[in-house]
Amino acid sequence: MKQVLQRIGRWVEDRNGLWRILRPIVTHPVPRSSGWPYVFGSATLVCFLIQVATGIALSTSYVTGAGQAYDSLRFITDTSMLGRFLRGLHYFSASGMVLLVGIHTIRVYLTGSFKFPREMNWLTGAGLLLFTLLMGFTGQLLRWDQNGVWSAVIAAEQAGRAPLVGKWVARFILAGDTVGGATLSRFYAFHVFFIPALIFLFLAWHLYLVLHNGISEWPRAGRLVDPKTYRQQYQELLQKHGVPFWPDAAWRDVVFGTAVVLAIAALALFIGPPELGRPPDPSIIQAYPRPDWYLLWYFGLLALLPAGSENYVIVYGPVLFGILIIALPFLSNRGERSASRRPWAVGIALFTVLMIGVFWVKAIYARWSPDFGAQPLTAAVVASSDPEVIRGAQLFHDKGCEYCHAVAGNGGKRGPELTDAGSRLTRDDITWRILNGGVNMPAFGRNLKPDEVNALLAFLQSRVSATREVAPAGRP
Amino acid sequence: MADETTLNNSAEPELQPRRRFFERLSIALGALAAAVVAIPSGLFLLLPAFKRAPQVWRPVGPLGSFAPGTTVRVSFDDPAPLPWAGVTARTAAWLRHDSNGQFIAFAVNCTHLGCPVRWLEKADLFLCPCHGGVYYADGTVAAGPPPLPLHRYDTRVRNGMVEILTSALPIPGNS
Repeated sequence: MKQVLQRIGRWVEDRNGLWRILRPIVTHPVPRSSGWPYVFGSATLVCFLIQVATGIALSTSYVTGAGQAYDSLRFITDTSMLGRFLRGLHYFSASGMVLLVGIHTIRVYLTGSFKFPREMNWLTGAGLLLFTLLMGFTGQLLRWDQNGVWSAVIAAEQAGRAPLVGKWVARFILAGDTVGGATLSRFYAFHVFFIPALIFLFLAWHLYLVLHNGISEWPRAGRLVDPKTYRQQYQELLQKHGVPFWPDAAWRDVVFGTAVVLAIAALALFIGPPELGRPPDPSIIQAYPRPDWYLLWYFGLLALLPAGSENYVIVYGPVLFGILIIALPFLSNRGERSASRRPWAVGIALFTVLMIGVFWVKAIYARWSPDFGAQPLTAAVVASSDPEVIRGAQLFHDKGCEYCHAVAGNGGKRGPELTDAGSRLTRDDITWRILNGGVNMPAFGRNLKPDEVNALLAFLQSRVSATREVAPAGRP
Repeated sequence: MADETTLNNSAEPELQPRRRFFERLSIALGALAAAVVAIPSGLFLLLPAFKRAPQVWRPVGPLGSFAPGTTVRVSFDDPAPLPWAGVTARTAAWLRHDSNGQFIAFAVNCTHLGCPVRWLEKADLFLCPCHGGVYYADGTVAAGPPPLPLHRYDTRVRNGMVEILTSALPIPGNS
């Protein structure tokens, strides 16, 4: 039996010659020092392969019609066998891909692996990073619920801010004047054919470059990269300390990759895919569009930009970021690779991670979003028998104050909490603010009658904190 | 490999012009074939960005159904929806019936990033759920990040029906 198999194997190899080509690739020597920090690139690839497999499976049931996509997703999620699990895999693997490609980028940056001779490794990787984010955005849109439709609108509005070409780009994104039948088909084609084709191309290029330039050795402080001598030093290193990629280094990729797959499967099984929102009817205006978590930080950034800087940040921010990424390996392609000797690099990496983290957390709480669910304050909260105060409390809700200002935990967080407004502010302060508004508060002078202002004042002045009421003199 | 190339180029020098011709011919034909396929494919993708949909008047309700001094949500169909557009062919607008009898139709899209603003009837304000943009009843900016007043659609009254002139999604950023 064994002999028969061996004979078949020899025949296959003789007629195909595949192993002759693959063997040197699989067993190419890599530096012994390439350890666990090097697993994130291959794990990103694992996620991409999950995306290809689950994406093809999902596409067999997804209907690319603007009027039917939503129903087909309902069918996939609620009725079809395994559809819910597959959607979960696709979603969490997308999340994993964004996360891992981010970690991989930071690792490469911190270990200086983008320096000579691996500039093109960095640039092709930057392309893959961009394509991954585009896949995330277009994929979220293909859910084609209310959020998906408004994502298309918001993408078009942002593109519309670009000078000269903005309107054309916006119309290109929408595939016409407005969101409609053509919009979804366009995004589907981009998500399923266009961007994946680019990913396959760049992936092949990226992996070829890993072979061509070799996996970077773990940096050592004081060992400088000199384009004149680096390649020779690297070859000597491989001869002295090289190990075959398979299995000496590859086993770590397999272990970590398997852990990633199992984690994604567990999340898909126990948490499941994101729920579909309302149907994609643009005339339903009870919408609260926001991106999936991996782009949520950008949503937060847009919300927190100082007024006036938006046009520049939305248009030139991504352009500047792209230019910096492309310029990096040319600005700094020699010298120290070790993070311990590159304080600026560590600072920039920390700053980037912290910035994304801060905007992300801010966006989760989204204090800038009005609370449309705010209910009229209860009698227990109002805690007054004065009819003027009670009327003021009702006006506090009806006039929209409560959407942005909270009292005793009820209401929005866009503006300052007013639970103890009566202790903090004088009657004149409050009157002035109500009538004139502020940067983020309308001037209510146009919208309130004098008696309504008086009722609101009565209500707000009755909002005093218990402690301060007892000992107002104790306050400096 | 290098040896073979050298051999081919150095041997039979009288064949060199012929080889150069074949090279140029192949590159030119390849470019022609690629253009024949790529140009129509690319144009098919790009042309929708240049094609303007016609503007048409859409009735949104009988004149009597809009009490003076109120602002209500109305919806209408896009001018030339594709047969498979389904509910995505619909568009909403806020229709204000002025106390002096005028009709004003506002786009629901916030001029900040296009999110749908909501009308707060008792407060006489439009409020955006995304970043808290606020507009007064006449569509002018009251507070928050919006750079421009709410976009307006043209309106008219015909045969007892209030009608709205459809228009492209308002992209205010570069107007």
